[in-house]
Amino acid sequence: MLYREAGQFKSSYGADEAIFPIRQDRWLFAAALIVAYVVVPLIASEYWLLSILIPFLVFSLAAIGLNILTGYAGQVSLGTGGFMAVGAFATYKLATSFPDLNIVVVFILAGLITAMVGVLFGWPSLRIKGFYLAVATLAAQFFLIWMFNKFPWFNNYTPSGVISAPPRAVFGHVFVTGAEANSVDKYLFVLSAVTLLALAAKNLVRGRVGREWMAIRDMDIAAEIIGIRPLKTKLLAFAISSFYCGIAGAMWAFIYTGGVEALAFDIDRSFQILFMIIIGGLGSILGSFLGAAFIVLLPLLLERTPMALGFDVPVNYLSNMQSMIFGALIIFFLIVEPRGLARLWQIGKEKLRMWPFPY
Amino acid sequence: MIHRKAWLATAVTVALAFGLAAGPALAQNEQFVPRLVYRTGPYAPNGIPFANGYGDYLDMINARDGGVGGVKIVYEECETGYDNDKGVECYERLKHKGPTGAGWVDPLSTGITYALIERATADHIPVVSMGYGRADASYGAVFPYVFTLPATYWAQADAFIKYVAQQEGGFAKLKGKKIALVYHDSAYGKEPIATLEKLSQKYGYTFLKYPVSPPGIDQTATWLEIRQQRPNWVFMWGWGVMNSTAIKDAASVGYPMDHFIGVWWSGSEPDVVPAGAAAKGYKSGTFHGAGQNYPVIHDILKYVYDKGKGHGTRDKVGEVLYNRGVVNAIYDTEALRTAQAKYGAKPLKGEQIQWGFEHLNITTARIAALGAEGLVVPIHLSCANHEGQGNVRIQQWDGKHWHFVSDWIQPDRDMLDAMYKESALAYAKEKGITPRNCAQVSQAQ
Repeated sequence: MLYREAGQFKSSYGADEAIFPIRQDRWLFAAALIVAYVVVPLIASEYWLLSILIPFLVFSLAAIGLNILTGYAGQVSLGTGGFMAVGAFATYKLATSFPDLNIVVVFILAGLITAMVGVLFGWPSLRIKGFYLAVATLAAQFFLIWMFNKFPWFNNYTPSGVISAPPRAVFGHVFVTGAEANSVDKYLFVLSAVTLLALAAKNLVRGRVGREWMAIRDMDIAAEIIGIRPLKTKLLAFAISSFYCGIAGAMWAFIYTGGVEALAFDIDRSFQILFMIIIGGLGSILGSFLGAAFIVLLPLLLERTPMALGFDVPVNYLSNMQSMIFGALIIFFLIVEPRGLARLWQIGKEKLRMWPFPY
Repeated sequence: MIHRKAWLATAVTVALAFGLAAGPALAQNEQFVPRLVYRTGPYAPNGIPFANGYGDYLDMINARDGGVGGVKIVYEECETGYDNDKGVECYERLKHKGPTGAGWVDPLSTGITYALIERATADHIPVVSMGYGRADASYGAVFPYVFTLPATYWAQADAFIKYVAQQEGGFAKLKGKKIALVYHDSAYGKEPIATLEKLSQKYGYTFLKYPVSPPGIDQTATWLEIRQQRPNWVFMWGWGVMNSTAIKDAASVGYPMDHFIGVWWSGSEPDVVPAGAAAKGYKSGTFHGAGQNYPVIHDILKYVYDKGKGHGTRDKVGEVLYNRGVVNAIYDTEALRTAQAKYGAKPLKGEQIQWGFEHLNITTARIAALGAEGLVVPIHLSCANHEGQGNVRIQQWDGKHWHFVSDWIQPDRDMLDAMYKESALAYAKEKGITPRNCAQVSQAQ
């Protein structure tokens, strides 16, 4: 009833090609943006902004990055953590070597450096496929973390190997890194970056590039026969994916924690992001957000609920219980909807269209 | 059908959202302490006794004295699993609890300490990294809210070299010797490297580094290399399961245990007991006593365990890490007491307790009054010195108990203070921090 597109006519190609062709979707998206940009900064506490929403957004960005590579171009990667580390350390080196450079420029340059590293490690993808490629990217993961641990040049010779973010402003006195930075400024900065990059990704995957990626994913020989160059397409996927992961890593180190060691981007991080896109939905930008929400927010909910309901549970039981319930939920979701939460959302929309007269 | 499901989902979501928002209410005359603990994960065997000791001491103070200066101490545990991100989340969650917010925070992990230094400084909450964390934060002019009492990793590394020199018969004998460091490849394990390198130039020993990737379950390659290189002494900066694995592997390559010295986080019962008889003779650093023979521990048994309210079991009381938790709680509550002497016996804010830490002076007389003679080392903090000049001792495992095999070793304070200052000033420059003028700070008070 509410969600029905009857009477919405498209009179131009532009209208037909819109990201959200249905009016209700556009309203929903606009409402989500208003909530994110206006309502959340007004009502959310510092704890919510700094410890829940910023990591959620950063993870979403990393998940979009991996989704481009794995979900759209079909190249399985276990190197996400390593690429995030490249972004973080590149940002640190750039920000400390060129203190006058604007932080936005630093982030973009760090993303480009990560893209180059990604291309380097993506090179073998022309010859290796599937699980074997996963193992090759695993090598990238271990090599990059080892490199940042091994050579003190990357952390400016600090004895502990921890890089910490110097205070930097986007413009004027609006600081987004460093401990004095306002949590709302940080949140809005991350939100803007994620919004822009997510929209860019959405448009990329709907266009020629995205179609090439999907063709390669679905059958690379057929794709080659219809005139898609596999090497160029795969490397482009690696470059853009790494660009996103690099910026996510930079934001993780500079805006979320404020200081990290290379260990923060170990193999567990790569798996975490891989789980996000599997649970959220491979080949879906929305799925990246849903998956990140599932992995970041659900454990917190599971941990806090018993206490809020008045049960005094010791933290160790709580923590173990959380792992068990979380694991069970992952299995449950994968059985019920193997194509991820994004598919669930899609099914929900289709059902809503029939409501209240389903057949 | 579908919308019924949707309603159910909404109801569950709302209930869970309340779960995130609500928390237990606190009364007014209480001092809140956030407690970052790890009772799960690969480091849990070491995290549990520490957390128990800390909690039991606070419970004992509340039961025996009604808190500190009549202000009851309340705390909430938050499980970090030794994970830095989780630690930051715990800190953010707990920092505004209680009538005055968090009084101080013990991060209980070098990684979490690094992540919290800037946040806590901005929030005016003292970070107490007792025997871990960032060594150069001992220079209080640059790090007003970080405390490294009673001694840092750098001080301990220096004390180890002093001990080795004693054993070898003088510093001159160190020339040409090989000293190896087996370390947890993280911020924690890397802390002593700079000191050991500096001392190797001074005394002429060869310094070998062996990083072990966390958690350190497989160290065969490391120890085979040590067998080839045959260092005269091996130091270890390990944590959790890495410690017992290293001891087992060292024994299997025939390395002499009495030339193998672990950091104070590698010298407790969970580290040596799993290694069995192989661990006999293994040494470690420490800055406090072990066992139950202290009046303060007797009070814990009497006021907490006799009433069945202990966090752990009675036989674990007095383990090295248990006592370390007690020692940590003693230092923290003494700083609170010092701050109460200036600001009055009421719940205090972080910046007031920071004053308490900065003026903390635990003398031998005070230690005797606390019933902790031999358990706690005397320390004296000031604006510029946040470490407090604590001493280090070497202990040895005889297969059943830890006992001291050296006197209290005084690290080379002049060299260390210069190193702290140099490193801290470099940090201040990178961050654009103007160091406090400590002469003015002490005059103003």
